[in-house]
Amino acid sequence: MAAVKSSRGALPRFLLPLGILALLTLATLALAITTGSVSISNAELWQVLSGGGEPLHRTLVFELRLPRALSAFGAGGLLAVAGALMQVLLRNPLADPYILGLSGGAAVGALTSMLLGLSAAAVSGSAFIGAMISAVTVFGLAHGTGSWTPTRLLLTGVVIASGWGAAITFMLAVSPSDQLPGMLYWLMGDLAYARSPWPALIVLGLISIIMLPLGRSLNVLARGQMQAAALGVSVRALEWTIYIAASLLTAFAVVTAGSIGFVGLIVPHMLRLVLGNDQRLILPAAALAGGALLTLADTLARTLIAPEQLPAGVITALIGVPTFLYLLHRSR
Amino acid sequence: MLAAKNLIIDIPGRSSGTPLSFEIKPGETWGVLGPNGAGKTTLLHTLAGLRKPRSGSVELAGKNIQQLRRKQVAQQLAVVFQNNGEGFPATVLETVMIGRHPFISPWDIESAEDLAIARAALQKLELADLEHRLISTLSGGERQRLAIATALSQTPKLWLADEPSNHLDLKHQVQIMELLAEQATANCGIVLCLHDLNLAAQWCDKILLLYPNGDACWGDADTMLATPALEKLYNQPLRSIVSDGQRYFIPLSSRNSGL
Repeated sequence: MAAVKSSRGALPRFLLPLGILALLTLATLALAITTGSVSISNAELWQVLSGGGEPLHRTLVFELRLPRALSAFGAGGLLAVAGALMQVLLRNPLADPYILGLSGGAAVGALTSMLLGLSAAAVSGSAFIGAMISAVTVFGLAHGTGSWTPTRLLLTGVVIASGWGAAITFMLAVSPSDQLPGMLYWLMGDLAYARSPWPALIVLGLISIIMLPLGRSLNVLARGQMQAAALGVSVRALEWTIYIAASLLTAFAVVTAGSIGFVGLIVPHMLRLVLGNDQRLILPAAALAGGALLTLADTLARTLIAPEQLPAGVITALIGVPTFLYLLHRSR
Repeated sequence: MLAAKNLIIDIPGRSSGTPLSFEIKPGETWGVLGPNGAGKTTLLHTLAGLRKPRSGSVELAGKNIQQLRRKQVAQQLAVVFQNNGEGFPATVLETVMIGRHPFISPWDIESAEDLAIARAALQKLELADLEHRLISTLSGGERQRLAIATALSQTPKLWLADEPSNHLDLKHQVQIMELLAEQATANCGIVLCLHDLNLAAQWCDKILLLYPNGDACWGDADTMLATPALEKLYNQPLRSIVSDGQRYFIPLSSRNSGL
């Protein structure tokens, strides 16, 4: 009953899980920075972070490992938040950010640039444009001649996604063989080409802040469009906001790390099984847990069979699938 | 409090209909009767401002409901839907708490008072013990009571309920109708879509009959609940019985009535 008496009882309820996830995030970041061809001990890491340490370690940390770890964190967080939003929009706890064809659009954009031999920056740019084209197409078509339902949005997305899939297969089939590995790695999701982590982190931060006051409205929307409207939610405006936010999040994630699978589906779903369905808790928790999972996956991807590197998307699938099945099995 | 002004509801394929003009005053309980597909639910949604009328308007406290902000409407008017609980997984307490949504500002979170109101609503509907259950594990009747508890936690001045007695056993039917009568005594306006003529006869002051072709008539329950009118409404022979001063209607079948 103590929790009931405190007038802000919900806040501590949110802070404990978020605190634990924040610690987990720091731990995975520290692991990512200290692990690799040259390992750095925690004491050495502390020296480097406090402004000292060996020059080699400084270069490793600040120019290689930290940017890559932050990119992984950013991309993972973006995907998990996008997935959580899509799940509310479609009222389907098994929706993922790619279900509306965004990764397909991005992939076609990126592969086209690769085929044309353009720079890495152009690959990112065209991936972003491809994702946005897909988002606008799906939303425009699903809107059609009036009201759209989650089912209609979902079906439009699935059909558009399979269209992109065919285009991708075609492009792979006609590509010169020396470009194929790069393309395949991009498709599976890989952080080796990630450059600056800042776009991903800034977008993640901004959208999380925008979504913060909308959290309770999202809870209401999760009960259905009519019920939400009856409880004072401007349903149309909220759904547009969610759709645009989720599209931007996914596009930035795909541009940073290629189409990494499972993070956007599994992280929010696992969190819902453990923490319940309050979006005000799930959204920030997804940002942290998604980020931590991809940071960990990327660390494993570049160390498991070093000096060879695996695509991080393979690791997220290897970690994600059994965990997800276990949780699903455990939750009646 | 809530008034229909020359209202024609928008039903696809229906060319016209009687323009509806009535006012639901505080303390009144209105029953909307009609066969399947007559537009009872559409009328209820239009009265709640959730659907645009084809013509005419609905006014809440003198203002066109379509022009009010949804949040303002939700602070005064609660809707109990016919189908509920097919959304995202949520617990009983989480669901009843969303009734408080219109009263909490975006940057705020539920206060102890909101929680107390929500818990009192659960208590009233005998759902307090199910607080932590997922709604997907509830029975149809429990879900229906939860929908009513959610509306109750919205502390509305107007109730629009679509077949509130759906899925309920007899005891809970009586309980719900008593709860709504209590709300009416507390000066709430109540509109109920009903299938059960006997509930309408027992609990409603005003009756609106809605015919499948769009015709409608409304008035005091005593005058509206006439056997010939109801037989025409449902295209079904009825027998009416009076017992202890209360009128009851029994649908007749050609098999046991000798018709």
